[in-house]
Amino acid sequence: MAEASVQQSGKLKVFLGYAPGVGKTYKMLDEAQHLKQQGHDVVVGYFESHGRQDTIALIEGLEVIPRKRVEYRGHSFDEMDTDAILARRPEICAVDEFAHTNVPGSPRAKRWEDVMVLIEAGINVLTTMNIQHLESLNDQMREITGIQVRETIPDWVVKQADDVVLIDLPPRALLNRLRRGVVYGTEKAERAMENFFKEQTLAALRELALRQTAHEVDVRQDDGLSSTLRAGPAAARAGPAPAAPEQRERILIHVTESPATAGLIRRGRRVADYLKADCFAVCVLPAGDSMALSTAASEAIEQHLDFARKLHIETRVLEGQDAAKALVDFARRNGVTQIFLARPLKRSIPLLWPKPTAMKIVDLAKDMQVTVVAEHRHTPAPA
Amino acid sequence: MPALTHRRPSPEELLRQIEAEDHYRQRGKLKVFLGYASGVGKTFRMLNEGRRRKMRGEDVVIAMIQPSASAEDRELLEGLEEIPPSTRLGAPAIDVPAVLRRHPGVCLVDGLAYENPPGSKHPQRWQDVEELLDDGISVITSINLQFVKERQQEVEAIRGRSVKESVPEAFLRTADEIEIVDAPPEYCVTRAAAGVEGEAADPVQLGRQLSELREIALVLAAEVVDQQLELYLRRRGIEQVYGTHERILVCVTPRSNASLMIRRGRRQADRFHGDLHVVYVQQDGLSPADQKVLADNMVCAREASAHVEILQGEDPIDAILQFAARLGITQIFVGHSQQSGWLSRWRPNPLERLIMGAEGMDVRIFPHDESRHG
Repeated sequence: MAEASVQQSGKLKVFLGYAPGVGKTYKMLDEAQHLKQQGHDVVVGYFESHGRQDTIALIEGLEVIPRKRVEYRGHSFDEMDTDAILARRPEICAVDEFAHTNVPGSPRAKRWEDVMVLIEAGINVLTTMNIQHLESLNDQMREITGIQVRETIPDWVVKQADDVVLIDLPPRALLNRLRRGVVYGTEKAERAMENFFKEQTLAALRELALRQTAHEVDVRQDDGLSSTLRAGPAAARAGPAPAAPEQRERILIHVTESPATAGLIRRGRRVADYLKADCFAVCVLPAGDSMALSTAASEAIEQHLDFARKLHIETRVLEGQDAAKALVDFARRNGVTQIFLARPLKRSIPLLWPKPTAMKIVDLAKDMQVTVVAEHRHTPAPA
Repeated sequence: MPALTHRRPSPEELLRQIEAEDHYRQRGKLKVFLGYASGVGKTFRMLNEGRRRKMRGEDVVIAMIQPSASAEDRELLEGLEEIPPSTRLGAPAIDVPAVLRRHPGVCLVDGLAYENPPGSKHPQRWQDVEELLDDGISVITSINLQFVKERQQEVEAIRGRSVKESVPEAFLRTADEIEIVDAPPEYCVTRAAAGVEGEAADPVQLGRQLSELREIALVLAAEVVDQQLELYLRRRGIEQVYGTHERILVCVTPRSNASLMIRRGRRQADRFHGDLHVVYVQQDGLSPADQKVLADNMVCAREASAHVEILQGEDPIDAILQFAARLGITQIFVGHSQQSGWLSRWRPNPLERLIMGAEGMDVRIFPHDESRHG
């Protein structure tokens, strides 16, 4: 966000939608046209028309930076030409599909990384994304839509945006557009409506997008604040504000080799963001004996720690014979207020099965809060 | 984070739905454009929608347009039929009899919150709209957040001034579609500077105020969408809760550190723009001291604007889990008792049983120790 030290960097504005076809690209280009009319130097860095006529009409009169052709395994792909945009140095650049993954061999893996480069160079960027691309909602998205979204954007990247604007459209209106063939061709639309574009799915996504935008607005209010206490809408609802600011929460996420860990990390990150809490991810390896862990297990742990770092979570590796004790001791030493755990597996015969580590942690951590996170059909951490 | 959990409507609820269903089918469709301030472009969007529907062959008329509509808005009026408002004592009102006679498919009504001049059939414009809807005419309208009755206190606290007119939120919730007109506050600040908002204010302060209003409007729209989603699912007999809306359930006992749990629950609910519920499970043989503690806890819960409920049940864990599933709870807060209280008095490992049984819900366990308020 606008800090003195990054005074040079460009601003980022995200047009957020809840599904393809709500009009994000249209809105972005419409704004680009307006800005151009006002005399700003605007270019289009990348846009995807999806053959939508009203969108194509809006590109008229805007300078489009030609895409770069990238060859990969005998196929050619068109990617945004970040270097060409940097050389052109516009004041404002419109970049469609913020969540896009570049073809292997591109200078950067993700389009959002290209956008960060443009911003650092002082170029203001307008961009588009859908709610299902937000990393911390990945598990919920799969439950709602039945689709595993692979192109995700870490939440902290979206937090860099100076503004997030919601492009809203009631689901029925979107479905009408789909039926009229505005969004996709009509055959593809038929298939889409049977799957992703069910009215209840769209309504749920829309609600999440509305809530996420409200959260983004909320976060930006607080960021703009000095140390003075603010009585915001939430406080107004809850009555008089407490006299003293609440102690800052410190959340510790217990990383293991379990496939539930990726979902746990996402949820922990999300709760930490909402509570404005610090967030760590910690795993406990068996002390001394490096052979005690299978290769698969240590690879899974490494992948989870790496995933946590990608979400800007500080990671630690501890050693100890008793994982529960090592974790709780660490938490106590570091002023952790809340430990996040995955739900343990069901013990079919409680007396015979060993007590799960999660329950041991609950018993040991009597002086702090422990959150056992709801189980999801496990979604892996993106590689 | 919530998985799909189930939520079953009661027979009474089902009956009410069926009755509502019949009424719903005959009624015109209501679409509302909700904005958080003047200048976000509600009127423009409303007129644009009217124009597009007309192009698609629907029978669209304008029943009320604000005299203050911008030139940009006026341009959109071209080619749309207008039923002139009736004027009484110099104030305009929808000419309801004329609209009913004309009986268009769709009718555009700007400024939903306006009051009608004295002596009109209905004191307020939204009641005219209701009459049109009841007659099977669909209505597209626009409203500014500050006129939503239940939100006015909040909005006034932010803006520091009050407005007289209002529309009950319940009426907005009958809308078939609500569409939020979102824009970053700069738009409105610029417009305000140009005199659209009609008030001079420090742009920084105005920006902050607008941002807070924007947040409220987004959450209001989310709540309406949530309710519509639930209705949609029930109409089709789909028993599913998506957990898009965080609902926090704090379970208190005489032993638990209830005030901390309720405070944390309130904060969590506010941060997530969610709901807060506080329950305890009725149990026999409480000492007067325990009863006093529970009573205090309930006062504390009500002060935190929680929905409070006392549950009955042979098995407290089952009672809590059933209640949580019925309400679509996404997070349960419980105290970690060592030896006393229902958590340990019932079968072994009640806490573990709660954790394992809380399908699709996060369970947050609070220490009973008062010395550390994490």
